[in-house]
Amino acid sequence: MAKSGTVGQPGAAYTFVKSDQSVRRHTFAVIVDNEPGVLARVIGLFSGRGYNIESLTVSTVTEDESVSRINIVTTGTEMIIEQIKAQLERLIPVHNVHDLTLEGAHVEVELALVKVRAKDHNRRESLRIADVFQAKVADTTLESFVFQIEGTTDKVDSFIELMRALGDTEIARSGVIAIARGAGVVEV
Amino acid sequence: MSTKQMTGAEMVIKSLADQGVDVVFGYPGGAVLPIYDALFKQNHIRHILVRHEQGAVHAAEGYARSTGKPGVVLVTSGPGATNAVTGLTDALMDSIPIVCLTGQVPTHLIGNDAFQECDTTGITRPCTKHNYLVKDVNKLSRTVHEAFYVATSGRPGPVVIDLPKDVQFATGTYEMPKSAAHKTYKPTVKPARDRIEAAVDLLLNAKRPIVYAGGGVINAGPNASKLLTEFVRMTNYPCTLTLMGLGAFPANEPQFLGMLGMHGTYEANWAMHDCDVMLAIGSRFDDRITGRLDAFAPKSTKIHIDIDPSSINKNVRVDLPIIGDAGFALEDLIKVFKARQKKNDAAAMDRWWGKIDEWRAIDCLNFKTNKDVIKPQEAIRRLYEKTLADGRDTFITTEVGQHQMWAAQHFHFQKPNRWMTSGGLGTMGYGLPAAVGTQLGNPDGLVIDIAGEASILMNIQELSTAVQYRLPVKVFILNNEYMGMVRQWQELLHGGRYSESYSEALPDFVKLADAYGMKGLRAQKPDQLDGVIDEMLAHDGPVIADICVDKAENCFPMIPSGAAHNDMLLGPVEEGKDAIGAAGKVLV
Ligand SMILES: Cc1ncc(C[n+]2csc(CCOP(=O)(O)OP(=O)(O)O)c2C)c(N)n1
Ligand SMILES: [Mg+2]
Repeated sequence: MAKSGTVGQPGAAYTFVKSDQSVRRHTFAVIVDNEPGVLARVIGLFSGRGYNIESLTVSTVTEDESVSRINIVTTGTEMIIEQIKAQLERLIPVHNVHDLTLEGAHVEVELALVKVRAKDHNRRESLRIADVFQAKVADTTLESFVFQIEGTTDKVDSFIELMRALGDTEIARSGVIAIARGAGVVEV
Repeated sequence: MSTKQMTGAEMVIKSLADQGVDVVFGYPGGAVLPIYDALFKQNHIRHILVRHEQGAVHAAEGYARSTGKPGVVLVTSGPGATNAVTGLTDALMDSIPIVCLTGQVPTHLIGNDAFQECDTTGITRPCTKHNYLVKDVNKLSRTVHEAFYVATSGRPGPVVIDLPKDVQFATGTYEMPKSAAHKTYKPTVKPARDRIEAAVDLLLNAKRPIVYAGGGVINAGPNASKLLTEFVRMTNYPCTLTLMGLGAFPANEPQFLGMLGMHGTYEANWAMHDCDVMLAIGSRFDDRITGRLDAFAPKSTKIHIDIDPSSINKNVRVDLPIIGDAGFALEDLIKVFKARQKKNDAAAMDRWWGKIDEWRAIDCLNFKTNKDVIKPQEAIRRLYEKTLADGRDTFITTEVGQHQMWAAQHFHFQKPNRWMTSGGLGTMGYGLPAAVGTQLGNPDGLVIDIAGEASILMNIQELSTAVQYRLPVKVFILNNEYMGMVRQWQELLHGGRYSESYSEALPDFVKLADAYGMKGLRAQKPDQLDGVIDEMLAHDGPVIADICVDKAENCFPMIPSGAAHNDMLLGPVEEGKDAIGAAGKVLV
């Protein structure tokens, strides 16, 4: 883990020894004004500068609905991840940006609805696997189930992979939401 | 009527006046008629009618860069707004504070493909620092004040305010500017003290230090340039400037190495390449500066002072980043330096200056004059000498191309805010409208647009603006009958196949001047050059001077794209030798 890019001041190269070219996955929490166009600004920044978005979720998080939290999962080299943070912070309606991956332990969860159309053995198997994954049945017909599953991206990925092997599937995923562990509360 | 109740259009005028605006560059249309009506009824703000909305933004840029105040633009919806886009992008790239008001169709028609509707906030989102769509007249004045704050604080930039016509007609409550500061946008301007101390440690131990300063120093205000000068004089470090930074350090000081980068001097680029500690201030390691990244100043420890955290480690990894305003940072650097009461190793500094003097002795900007044909470099040098003799405060704007680079190399600036050029975007057609704006901001100044014959045609209509407002701008055209910079690249990269770079069917610029009601002059031979420049400077009104120069001259030195600083071309490449590798050819 890099010691650079600590909150506040950008990193100094002598703390890295050598710049790291490996691509990593980082989860950001971006606190923004809840105003029209703010999501377009964030997404436009990513597409305009050629950054990746693996997933993005957004919702207002204050009582008066004036502030929203955007969770973004992105990938890039250390230098790019640092740029993404700096570029996000440049947007005027952005209050602050947290690189949760860099800041320490955090909880990441995703929600998915997985419809699987299967009969006979496969249908019974899908139910058994859902049980193992602690997925709930959200809807059923005689030839299909809709499972509701939550957990890490890895867990959701493997569940979906297994369901695909059992029949036709349709999938809706929420994207990652994330929050730091511990008692600290992020300022909005 | 209570004093605070007024229409949206009146609020626009009042908020501009309360922000200290005295001139607005604009062009009317259906969606801004209420604002034009409010303009008509007042006399605080002067409106300058340009001839194209791109010209309005460049004029505002010229005004802003030469005065240090934000430039203000007013255009209509749809085509008015889209025409402004190039200027906004230019201002974003070069960090110029601009507030641009655009008319919009009434709120109930937004999204209906109404006449002259366009998604102005959508189109300008990536080419502004920030933009607003005002849907409620009661938020209008606050938005305008906030826009000025955003445009001028931190790293400056253009801000668009989109104003639907119904909001301009509606009546609401005006708010004074006090509430301007943004609730969350508060850029860091004071640098961290421990970082300044660390910078001084690095610098004092340097054997081959260099200062590499850019437009950020100019943006930090004239005092920052004074402090830079004080710092460099005090330390005796060599100092080089970017294209945008010219004037931030006086060109006639012994420590000045000239401009660096693609068409920078031999000594500046070699000193950058060989330095052991680099102090970058308000410069952003642009690709025109660095050349080949993995060969950029390979032996150096880099200190980077910038107000924009995203400029740090963007292209080049630096060792010591310092976030803050260039002026504050220089002030602190000087303080800490003085407190240390130490100097760099004298023997090492002597060796370093000895090396630099060897590079200087190459005399890389040298050129051969010719008695039959005017050399473009000669034209600039004579112009420079004549303006010195003239004694007026001289402001140079440029278009884009070889003439721009020759101007940067051969015209010397002792003060900031005297050099207006399109650096980041490289916009042909910038110089003439920028000269218009510069002249308006500096009525007593001598304002000269150093132009190419191709570029000048891109916003030639602004001659009308100059004539209408009796602005005595001088358009000094280095007419080589080519898009010279394109021709030069075609010569170096594409086997001399001059595809579409000849300036065919040029107008007669002397007659053109006449048609616009201004003075036209021409120099065809070297012995006519001085006379034409004298006449141009002596004329109390706008002038076009058509200087017919060598058509085949190339701009040197040159670091070919994809090459390193120590891989510079000083003159024409020998026959059969390839100047630029395959990897370099794909670069721009
Ligand atoms: C709006 C725009 N279009 C195209 C270019 C690409 N371009 C860069 S320099 C140049 C030629 C400029 O010719 P001229 O104004 O005659 O200047 P010279 O290089 O001959 O001095 C061109 C076409 C540009 N910079 N801007
Ligand atoms: Mg030309």
